[in-house]
Parts: sequence; C-alpha cells; structure tokens
Amino acid sequence: MKATSATFVRNEMLAPSAPPSTEAGPIKWMRENLFSSPLNIVLTVLGVGAVVYIVMHIAPWMLRGVWVAGTLSECREIIQARYGEGVTGACWALIRDRWQQYLFGFYPSELYWRPVLAFVLMLAAIAPVLFDALPRRVLWFTLVYPAVGFWLLWGGTVWVPVMALAGFVISYVAAKIVQPIAGTILATIAAVLTPVLWWLFLAGPAADAAQSVIPIALEGVRSREFGGFILAFTIGFTGIAFSLPLGVMLALGRQSDMFIVNKLSVGFIEFIRGVPLITLLFTASLLLNYFLPPGTDFDIILRVIIMVVLFAAAYIAEVVRGGLAALPRGQYEAADALGLDYWKAQRLIIMPQALKISIPGIVSTFIGLFKDTTLVVFVGLLDPLKGITDAVRASTDWKGVYWEPYIFVGAIFFVFCFGMSRYSMYLERKLKTDHR
Amino acid sequence: MKQSVFLGTLAASTLLAAGAMAQGTSTLDTVKARGELNCGVNTGLVGFAAPDANGNWQGFDVAICKAVAAAVLGDASKVVYIPTTSSDRFEQLTSGKIDLLSRNTTWTFSRDTDLKMDFVGVNYYDGQGFMVRKDLGVSSAKELDGATICIQTGTTTELNLADYFKANNMTYTAVPIETNAEGEQQYLAAACDAYTTDASGLAATRAAFADPENHIILPEIISKEPLGPSVRHGDNAWGDVVRWTLNALIAAEEFGITSTNIDELAASSQNPEVQRLLGTSGELGKMIGLEPNWAMNAIKASGNYGEIFAATIGESTPIGLARGLNAQWTQGGLLYTPPFR
Repeated sequence: MKATSATFVRNEMLAPSAPPSTEAGPIKWMRENLFSSPLNIVLTVLGVGAVVYIVMHIAPWMLRGVWVAGTLSECREIIQARYGEGVTGACWALIRDRWQQYLFGFYPSELYWRPVLAFVLMLAAIAPVLFDALPRRVLWFTLVYPAVGFWLLWGGTVWVPVMALAGFVISYVAAKIVQPIAGTILATIAAVLTPVLWWLFLAGPAADAAQSVIPIALEGVRSREFGGFILAFTIGFTGIAFSLPLGVMLALGRQSDMFIVNKLSVGFIEFIRGVPLITLLFTASLLLNYFLPPGTDFDIILRVIIMVVLFAAAYIAEVVRGGLAALPRGQYEAADALGLDYWKAQRLIIMPQALKISIPGIVSTFIGLFKDTTLVVFVGLLDPLKGITDAVRASTDWKGVYWEPYIFVGAIFFVFCFGMSRYSMYLERKLKTDHR
Repeated sequence: MKQSVFLGTLAASTLLAAGAMAQGTSTLDTVKARGELNCGVNTGLVGFAAPDANGNWQGFDVAICKAVAAAVLGDASKVVYIPTTSSDRFEQLTSGKIDLLSRNTTWTFSRDTDLKMDFVGVNYYDGQGFMVRKDLGVSSAKELDGATICIQTGTTTELNLADYFKANNMTYTAVPIETNAEGEQQYLAAACDAYTTDASGLAATRAAFADPENHIILPEIISKEPLGPSVRHGDNAWGDVVRWTLNALIAAEEFGITSTNIDELAASSQNPEVQRLLGTSGELGKMIGLEPNWAMNAIKASGNYGEIFAATIGESTPIGLARGLNAQWTQGGLLYTPPFR
C-alpha cells in the first residue's frame, strides 16, 4: 500500500481574483483623482457643487424655452400657461424670428445665396491650405478666391476684381522684365511700384472700359447693408488671410540688418501694438473723413478691414519673431553654408521651422482677431453681438429680451473659435518632428 | 526733405478740403445730386428708431428722415439710414457722413454752439424721471435719499441726477451702466433701487417687463430734454429745409391735414394757410429751393406729427406714451409752429 501523502503543492494555477473594489475601476480612479487628500475632497465637493448649482439654475430656464411665438410677451404667456405663474424661461422664438438678420444683417433677402456661396467657396479655398493631402492645383483657386468672394459679396461689375487681380500679374511681369536688366533690388522695387500705380490710376478706367465692352455684373450691395455674421466673417477671414503674410514680412523686417527697413518695422509694430484697436477703428471711421476730400466714398468695411489687418499683423509679427528667435543659430549658418540666398533660406529652412514653433501663438492671435470683429459696433457697423442685438431689442416685439441673443451669438462664435483651436492642435501634432 | 514736402501737401489738401466743406457745396444740392438722404439714427431705441425683421427702419425719429427725404427728393424711401452711437453721432455729422442727425439728441447750449451743430427744432419734449419697484414704498423722488441708482454713463442724465440730488441735499450711489438693456437687467436683478433715464425710455422699459404692475414711475421730472433733429452749423439753407419740414408736420396736425385727407384738402381747402402749406397757392417751396408740393410729400411720407406719434410711441402702442407736453399748443402742449406765410 502506498503511503498516501497529501500533496501540498498545487498543480494548477489559481484563477486570478479581482482586485479589491477600492483598487479598480471607477472607484480607484475617483480615489486617485478626486479624493486623494482631505484638501482634494473639499475641492471636489465644492467644484461639483458649483457645477450642479449653475446647471440647476440655467438648464431649467433654457429647457423651458419657447421656440414659436411672435413677441416676448407672447413667449411669457406661453411659459406661464405651461409651467404656472411666476416661472421664467428662455424666449428662443426671438432667434427663430430674426436669425436671418443675425446671419446676414440687412443684406437683400433675395440675394442670400451670394454670401452663402461665397462662404462655401471660401471653405473650398482654404481647404488645400489647411490640409496638404488635397491636390496642390486647387491652390490656384485659393489665390483668386479673394476676388471671387469680393465680387459675390458686394456685386457690381466683375471687372473691378479682375483688374485688381491683374495688378499682381503686372507686378510679376514687371519683376521678370527688370530682373535681367537691372538686378534684384530694382526688380523688387518694380514689383512693388507697378501694381500700386496700376491700382491707383489705371485699374478703375480699365474696369470701366472692359465693362462697357463686355458687361458682366451682379446687382450691387452696399456696405451699410452688411451686418451680423456676414460682417464678422468678412472682416475676420480677410483679416486672417492678409495679416499672416504681412506679419511675417514685418517679423523679417524687424530681424533685418537694413537700417530703414528695420526701424520702419519696429516703429510700425510698436505703434500699432501700443494703441487699442478701437482707436484705430475710430481713426478709420471718423478721422479719415477730415483728410479725404468731401464726397469721397471710401468704403467703411474696407477701412475697418485695413485697420484690423494692420493690428493683427503687428501681433503676428511679434509671435513669428518669437519663433525666429527660438531657432538655433546653426540653422541660419547651415542655410548660408548651403549657398542659399536670403529668400531661399527663409523659404526652405527658416520659416518652416519658425512658423511651426509659432502655431499656437498665431492661432490665438487669429482667434482674438475673429472675436475682435465685434468691436466694429463702435463705428456704427452692425456686428452680431451688440449691433444686431440692440437693433432687435429696439423693436417693440422683443424689447426686454436680454440673455437669449448673447447665448446664440456666443454659441456660434464658440463653434468657430473652438474649431480653429482644434485645428491648431492637429497641425502641431502633425508637424511634430522631435523625439521628446 | 521729402517728408516735409509730403506733409505740407497733406496739410494743404486738408485745408482745402475743410474749406470746401465750410463754404461751398450746400448740403441741399449734395443731397439732390446724390438722390439719397444720409440720415443718422439711433442704433436701436424702442419706438424711436429700429429696423424690423426685414431691415426696414421704423420709428418716431425715422419718420423725420422719411419726411425730409420726401420733401427734398419726392420719395420717402430714398433714405440711407446710418446707425450712430451716442459717442460718434456728432462726429458723423460734422465730418459730413450724414446730412441730418435724427437721433433723440437733447438740444443743449454747448451742443448748439461749441459742437457746431444747429438744432432745427424739437420733435419730442422729454424729461428725466425715475422708476422704482412698488414694494420699495417710495412715492416721490424726494424720498430717494441714500438710494442706489442705475444710470447710463456719458449722457446728460448723469449730470442732471447729480444736480438734482445736490439741489435737494440728498445722497445717492450710482451704478454706472452702458446701455438701456443693461440698465433693465441691473434694475431687475435688484442691483439698484431706482433706474433713471428719459421718461419715454422708462415707459418703454416698464412696458417690456414681465410684471409692469410691480414698478412705478415717480411723478418728478427732474430735467428738460428737448429732443430734436440737427444739422451742421453754417449751412442755413439746409437747416431751413429740415426745420420747415418738421414744422410742416406739426402744422399739418394743427390744420387737421392727415395722410388720408391730404389730397382732398389740397384740391378743395379754402384755408389760405393750408393752401400755402400744400403748395396750391403761394411759392413757399421755391423760397427754400424745393418743389411746390414739398410739404405735401413730407406729410404723405408717414402722416402728420400726430399720426407719427400715434403710430410709433403713442398710447395704442406697447410703449403707450401720452401726448403730454408734446400736444399742440391748442391742446395745452408745447408744439407751436411759426406761420407758413
């Protein structure tokens, strides 16, 4: 008989048991992240309390909102009838009644398709700039888009934007002709001077002449009919599109060894950054009238856009200068060692790196610029936030409404600003080449 | 050197431009040539100027713009409405961007003289008042000693308030606000005991409350606020046109000329002053450089003064203002137009 010996050694693995409930799942996460110390417990309770308090106060008001009503008092009656005496609720019917004014201002309603088309084409135009997977040939459309957008928004003869574009062609041709004869510096001067002369003296008559030969025109819309988001987008996106190149040029000018270029850039940047945007807007809207001959009709939106571009460009210049300063000296020397001239070095070596570093700063300048477009209310343009809202509130139907328009306009601004912010993070991730 | 030449040219051209604006080119001719009247209005004030859902401007001040356009150009729709803020309205006028400012602007000494504007008349006699919650138990502005008061900054109301409290030896705490809409919010949120602004504005504000019965407007009116249209100083011909257009609207009410009976009266009225006003006799239009039927067009634009008042801010509207001081002199009010002769 075999001696039975109890085996004290397991010959199969024990199934792993679940970790204690305090060390797994949501409880662990909460213990670690929310209740890790007495202080954190207090802060968590306070934080949650604050969020709950705010939501409890706002959410019912928003949810009790009325969407179909003709006036504010009608809204109030509906809410009283539904929820009883003394209950308040949002009156979203205002948005339903006036959303077209918020989007288009006083733009003629039968022409709404034009700003809508301009907006869609704008998306098409910026897509190849934003995403490099798209075909490069589309960039040509991006280049002519400003003229297309202008024509769609303001209407009038097609020849004005065409002749304005022609200025760039003339600039290019002039540079190509002068370059072999008189060298780079004179070619640069010719490239700057010829289009300016063209725009000042010849473009207008040329457009008139072309119009009389081949009349193609859209019904004209005047700047005072712009308002609401169409105004914010026009100023915001034009400002963004033009302030980046101008800002890069200013940043390079500030880094330049050439005395006059350097001092002019520094002076411009410091002056513009030293005064509030509203000062510039007032200058554009009021002071210029004293200098221009009476009767000149220098478009107010154009003036505002110019000021906004200059303002944003000064900030972009400083942001880009930060990027340039962050580049190691060796990069500049490497470019020189390769025998690249100044522009080639900037284009191929310096700028790609400097701009990449500057992305967060540039985008936050753009976001700021876009939101600053609401300041045009101070020069009598109807911005969506206050201009249109004041106009809407001044009607007897909607007098007394306060928060609803702000919430609506704020939500739209948030969508676009948040979009820009996410895009900048995407771009940063995509361009990340270091190995940290 | 180059720089100074450039600056010199700039200065010279500025002087030329300013000179041209000061003497030549009368506004009347400019408006006729342009075919449109540039009229400065409020960016939005209930009853006085506001665009509707289709973007058409309406209101008491807007009606003046329409009447002037109708008188000068024969078409009340030929108006470009330029919204002006309380801070840029005078600049807009003096710089020539607008031909006429019709924006509930108080006629004061310094604005008439120092700011180089000409007020052509008064289209609304307003005055500053107070609104309080009923449960505050106050029935007179004299009992507001120590109160917190919501007040719009940068307006004449702010100065009037200080004057009034000083004169009555009382103290107050001001809660500064920027716009009427903010004032309403602050007042409703009980950030202040009383809200003060022009009585017309108080009435409109109270009417828009959810519980107007719980708020009262105190009987004291502490200031004179004659609101009226204004033009640039120095262009008297244009000032005459606007002044007499306003007078024509007031006179039309006095004579019982309304937008409905005007054609009939023009054809049949035996009253010589009505005939002169409507251009069927005399040459009043020619004297101010307008068509003989200028006043007829002006009255047809939105009716006579009384009709405009009733349609925009009168007792049948949600704003519900009584005529009060703004009644005809024959009805105990202050509206009194010089004779059309």
